[in-house]
Amino acid sequence: MITVSGISKSFKVARRSSGFGNAFKSLFRREYTEVAALSDVTFSIGPGEIVGYIGPNGAGKSTTIKVMSGILVPDGGTCSIMGYTPWLDRVQYVRNIGVVFGQRSQLWWDVPVIDSFELLRDIYDVTDKEYRGNLELLTDTLDLGDLLRTPVRQLSLGQRMRCEIAASLLHGPGILFLDEPTIGLDAVSKIAVRKFISAINKEKDVTVILTTHDMSDIEALAQRILLIGKGKLLYDGDLDAMRAKYGAAEGGETGGGSAIEEALVNMYKEYEIS
Amino acid sequence: MRLFGKYLLILFKSQMQYRTSFWLLTFGQFFIPFSVFAGLYMLFDRFGQIQGWEFFEVALVFGVIHMAFAIAECLARGFDMFSTLIVNGDFDRLLVRPRSTVLQVLGSKFEFTRFGRLLQSLVVLIWALSKVEADWTFMKGVTLLFMIFSGVMIFSGIFIVIATMCFWTVQGLEIGNILTDGGREMAQYPLNIYHKWITRFFTYVIPFGLVNYLPLQYILGRTEGSGVPYMLAPLAGCLFIVPCLLLWNFGVRRYRSTGS
Amino acid sequence: MRACYSVFRLKLATGFQYRSAALAGIATQFFWGFIIIMVYQAFYSQPLADPPISLTQIVTYIWLQQAFLAFIALWFRDNELFQLITTGNIAYELCRPSGLYGLWYAKLLAQRLSSAVLRCFPILTVALLLPSPYRLTLPPDPATALLFLLVLILGLLILVAVSMLIYISTFITMSAAGSLLMFGVAGEFLAGMIVPVPLMPSWLQTIVYALPFRLAADFPFRVYSGHIPMDEALATIPIQLLWLAALVWIGRFTMGKALRRVVIQGG
Repeated sequence: MITVSGISKSFKVARRSSGFGNAFKSLFRREYTEVAALSDVTFSIGPGEIVGYIGPNGAGKSTTIKVMSGILVPDGGTCSIMGYTPWLDRVQYVRNIGVVFGQRSQLWWDVPVIDSFELLRDIYDVTDKEYRGNLELLTDTLDLGDLLRTPVRQLSLGQRMRCEIAASLLHGPGILFLDEPTIGLDAVSKIAVRKFISAINKEKDVTVILTTHDMSDIEALAQRILLIGKGKLLYDGDLDAMRAKYGAAEGGETGGGSAIEEALVNMYKEYEIS
Repeated sequence: MRLFGKYLLILFKSQMQYRTSFWLLTFGQFFIPFSVFAGLYMLFDRFGQIQGWEFFEVALVFGVIHMAFAIAECLARGFDMFSTLIVNGDFDRLLVRPRSTVLQVLGSKFEFTRFGRLLQSLVVLIWALSKVEADWTFMKGVTLLFMIFSGVMIFSGIFIVIATMCFWTVQGLEIGNILTDGGREMAQYPLNIYHKWITRFFTYVIPFGLVNYLPLQYILGRTEGSGVPYMLAPLAGCLFIVPCLLLWNFGVRRYRSTGS
Repeated sequence: MRACYSVFRLKLATGFQYRSAALAGIATQFFWGFIIIMVYQAFYSQPLADPPISLTQIVTYIWLQQAFLAFIALWFRDNELFQLITTGNIAYELCRPSGLYGLWYAKLLAQRLSSAVLRCFPILTVALLLPSPYRLTLPPDPATALLFLLVLILGLLILVAVSMLIYISTFITMSAAGSLLMFGVAGEFLAGMIVPVPLMPSWLQTIVYALPFRLAADFPFRVYSGHIPMDEALATIPIQLLWLAALVWIGRFTMGKALRRVVIQGG
């Protein structure tokens, strides 16, 4: 369903050197360094999988998501998702995906949640029947009943995130991209969100790509992880295998982190990307 | 388009949440152009006429241009505020939706408080129409509507071009105000009171002349021959928006290939 | 007082950093100046019986308006202050030992000063070098120039006192935009920003002379061009001082009362 092959993307970053002399020179001529955000990234994801996409900050996670959601055009490589090339057929392709950016909201701030939902329904051209069906399912599983009539600005972060996730699924997409969905949430909300993602994946066969720094999210949801570091895909495999390979040895020191986080740190060390 | 109407509805509901400040701002938006108009009145009171144009003729142009500006400002506010959208990274959100970027940016902001200016220009227009000396015909009425419509297109086009600059840099964009606010202040007088090169620039490059001067001559009965070219002149002015939209699409493509 | 002075210096220094914004602003203002001058040119092109002010003096008036816009624009927003008021963070300010009026006054003054200094020199320099009839003319003699500077500064102080009153009124109404906008529009009109005062109808001129707004704009500019002769200018200075004292006194008084109310209410 998702085939990504040899995707590369570089950005030109303006080089800023310190000192007055350099600042003055930069008035006339900008110097750029090329930063390879992605180098030759290749993987495939089948329908109904939940994949955890991990890596340190600046590794290229958001860039990959942007390429896969059609926002960004890569320099090289091919990508085929549900038969579309995301950046070429943007308008038709995007009907089939849902995106949740953890730190930004897609709901209209001052009006009740339900108004945002209805506008999204019209933007995505969802039939009334499908809309009502989806809305009912989402309201039940995410427990949104009371929240629907409340303006978004009056919701707590946990409540808002549940509404965001619901909003991204109203049009029944086959793929869901989640970029840090549980950031800043309290424990109860986190568990609710995880349960929901799990449920929607099983019942509706929605493929989920999850980027997060919270390893317990990954443990709870994903079976497979993709590790990206410095623009390269470094590990593509099973979560259990990763845990076995990098986990702390029996009887070793735990140093205060959970077992999976320990394993992650070890993995980062091995790949020299921490 | 129905979808655009739905965008407007949700924005209206948002803004009505803040009722007092809504009304206060609308009032304010009425008084700003009102004070400019009062100034105009006083200058005419003292000078009597400007380059052969008398007060109500200039008031007519004033009304038309301010109305066009007010409508364009309401409509294209999303483009006017586009720099915020880009800086917040919210433009990505628009790209993930299955609709054209232009429609979505238009739908992102619509300040209903700008109706204050619209109301003021309407009042001026009605007053001027009642007092100006012209034999009104159906064709002249249509010309008037075309003038307003074309003005809206021109101002919106300018807003779009300024917004497109955001894809390259978000600083120093106030210079764009020279064309929007400045264009408005300038075009509120019939263009021929200015020097030749200004009149030329604003006829051939940014076609205010097609809105403000040529049709005006026709309405006031100062032309000879068929009125049709004068009536259609504003429509030619509408074409201005086409290169603006092309530039916008170019900007979006660049944004998508270089990242934010 | 020392606190006020250091706030002043700090804000001034920060204000000077906004160079690129100033550049864009300068370009815009030039354009505005040109448009307005061209309109007046068109008006003056017909023979008029005894205009109350000559075109050259109008040109000077307009360029000075543009150069010193930061000194006269009432809608000069200090968002920081507004947010302080509307969000209630005012509590932090109240915990500071110095008199609040002085601190805020110093802030506003520094902002306007830094913005004006950044812009006035480029605008004035270029305006002096323009071909006539667009050229800004120099004052008739050095004494007039000095007098101009004096009344300009006094006018600025008056204007800051007026904007203090606007901010204090925000305390009372708790809404930023409304009070500022209306007041700004009226105040600017009455300062001669839309129509120069000498060109106004006489009934309006009477009103304008009774109000302090023209003392920050119209008055200094006409002193510069000599339209207001020196003796009249010198006679008006005490009026400026009186207004300044009155506005500051009203400001401090109302601010004190408003603050006391806020504290009693719990902020």
